[in-house]
Amino acid sequence: MPRRVNLAEAIVRRRLRWGEWLVERGVFLVSLSAILMIFLIFVFVGREALPVALGRTNNSRGQKPIATSEIPRIAPDKLAAYLGVTAADMKSFDADTLRQLVELKGQELKEIANPDARLNTTRWSLMVEPYRWHGYDKAEYIWQPVSEVPKFNMVPLIIGSLKATLVALLLSVPLGVGAAIYVSQLAKPALREIVKPTIELLSGIPSVVLGFFALIVMASVLQAAFGYESRLNAFVAGVALGLTVIPIIFTISEDALSSVPKAYTHAALALGASPWKAAWQVVLPAAVPGVFAACVLGFGRAIGETMVVLMASGNASIVSASIFDSCRTLTASIAAELAEVVFGGDHYCILFLLGALLFAVTFATNLAGDVVVHRLKQQLEGKH
Amino acid sequence: MPLRRKQTDWQSLGFTAATGLMTASIVAMVVIILGSLAWNGAAQMSLRFIFGGTKEGMFDAAQAGVFPMIFGTVALVVLMTICVLPVGVITAVYLSEYARSTSAVTRVIRGAINNLAGVPSIVFGLFGLGFFVQFLGGGIDKLFCGGELHYGKPALVWAAATMAVLTLPVVIVATEEALRAVPKGLREASMALGATRLETILKIVLPQALPGVITGAILAVGRGAGEVAPIMFTGAAYYLAHLPSHLSDQFMNLGYHVFVLSTQSPDIERTKPILFGTVLVLLVLTFLLNSAGVIVRSRIRARARQAHG
Repeated sequence: MPRRVNLAEAIVRRRLRWGEWLVERGVFLVSLSAILMIFLIFVFVGREALPVALGRTNNSRGQKPIATSEIPRIAPDKLAAYLGVTAADMKSFDADTLRQLVELKGQELKEIANPDARLNTTRWSLMVEPYRWHGYDKAEYIWQPVSEVPKFNMVPLIIGSLKATLVALLLSVPLGVGAAIYVSQLAKPALREIVKPTIELLSGIPSVVLGFFALIVMASVLQAAFGYESRLNAFVAGVALGLTVIPIIFTISEDALSSVPKAYTHAALALGASPWKAAWQVVLPAAVPGVFAACVLGFGRAIGETMVVLMASGNASIVSASIFDSCRTLTASIAAELAEVVFGGDHYCILFLLGALLFAVTFATNLAGDVVVHRLKQQLEGKH
Repeated sequence: MPLRRKQTDWQSLGFTAATGLMTASIVAMVVIILGSLAWNGAAQMSLRFIFGGTKEGMFDAAQAGVFPMIFGTVALVVLMTICVLPVGVITAVYLSEYARSTSAVTRVIRGAINNLAGVPSIVFGLFGLGFFVQFLGGGIDKLFCGGELHYGKPALVWAAATMAVLTLPVVIVATEEALRAVPKGLREASMALGATRLETILKIVLPQALPGVITGAILAVGRGAGEVAPIMFTGAAYYLAHLPSHLSDQFMNLGYHVFVLSTQSPDIERTKPILFGTVLVLLVLTFLLNSAGVIVRSRIRARARQAHG
């Protein structure tokens, strides 16, 4: 039965439109939440990292001792800073008290045996360049945030992260891309329906479970197979990390390969190419940007993964080229150390700086990966 | 010519075998990992293990139970779902029903969602600590609690909020996919009958897309139940004598418990059975959810293919 529209109803509808307009605005505002969250992450991780990043912190614990005979020659405000008292207090001291205070301070400084205590170890140069610390033979990169002289050199952590990530990519790129070629180009549809969800299931395993598996089972098996010295190392962590990256590389590569128009394959086959030749020489080159993006996104995932490396890498901040040495990654350092630091202290700020660094790296890789995938899709659809 | 033909066949066979082997090896790894975890974990399963607490002997296989961790994990994901679902669904509705795909705002929103999905989980932990715990929690304490410490410390509600931010892309992507799978004809028919856009969305599109919305929630819960790094500093506790009873309480969590047991245990051999048991409980929880999500999702995809011909 046709609906009769009368005037009253039309007015009601009109009012409803106003409500609708408001709801639509509301929906739009809520949909901006993802942008807001990225912005907030940027601001709130960056905020805590800022003091260190701008060089505003100073953890130097010692100046040159001032002899009592030098007191008259030194400006009162400098002396106040040296003693750690206010200018008002300075004025209230008589000459005798002042001399005693300076003597005490001098003794206190002498008791700090390590000359490195005078250094501001939160300086950028000490965080990225090697330094010959007191008692060491040569300049070294050292991450040792809890010690008499805290050492915050990030290089061992960056190397650790890169080592584990490299092993992970060496494992997951060939396997993931190979499987993607097989599943998208060569496998029978029935097989594809089984294999694809199985590989996708891998991404459903929580990383703490993979870390546990690597720590308890895989570490022993791999050590027995390869016979290296330290049970937990960059290699074990990398292999476990590879398992978390495989689904990403597989899914994105498979997607890219499948989105190559079937006409390409058909044309190649019609010209007499075998199925693998069509896959290898026609489909793969067309999808190369997508496969590349898969690797870039896999890299971003691997370098940001926490629990696996925290549990399986051994966490010793060693600088070495061998993948069979224990390593400490950026993420594992944050996870292991943040619970024990003083809130707002130097170490706390530096851990946030590491987080900001990770965020920046993954932000860049994600952006690059997305742009490449987007362009590829447009290109392939355009050629359709 | 016949010789050449034979050679190509060998190459073809070799290539197919190599890529097939790679595929098989990944599948084998999945099967081995899940199989060994299930086999070892099943030995520890008992009603007492699942429903018991850990009052004494947290590291002792004969006495340990995981009920507090299950409770904490479930509380976490329930709160998380309450936070993430409305925001995620509304964003997906905007992207699929209102947004013009060419506009700059839409592109930025999509970029932000993709980026959010790729932010390392430990960075979410830092963000949760800096924003939720210290900024929001500290702010609430200052404004409403007279400076007393209630919310300005790691708490269940902040862990759930952090996890909600982490799972937001999961919900958005799944819901949007489901919304797009609803045939255009339904919308046009509804509009042609005089329904407004909003009425069409609320009464026609969303009910049709309900399975997709549920899939999004399920996938988010599966993800949220398994993540550990974001809650390490925002609310998970090493050990608690009581179950959390308030939003500002800390909680125990299955994933975090696995981490604690496997790295802090004084005698790993004695702790191993509990570990395998806890891992199995966690896997069953996340995995059943994930598989359900994947299955529903593949059905939706198949329907979308039919709908769009």
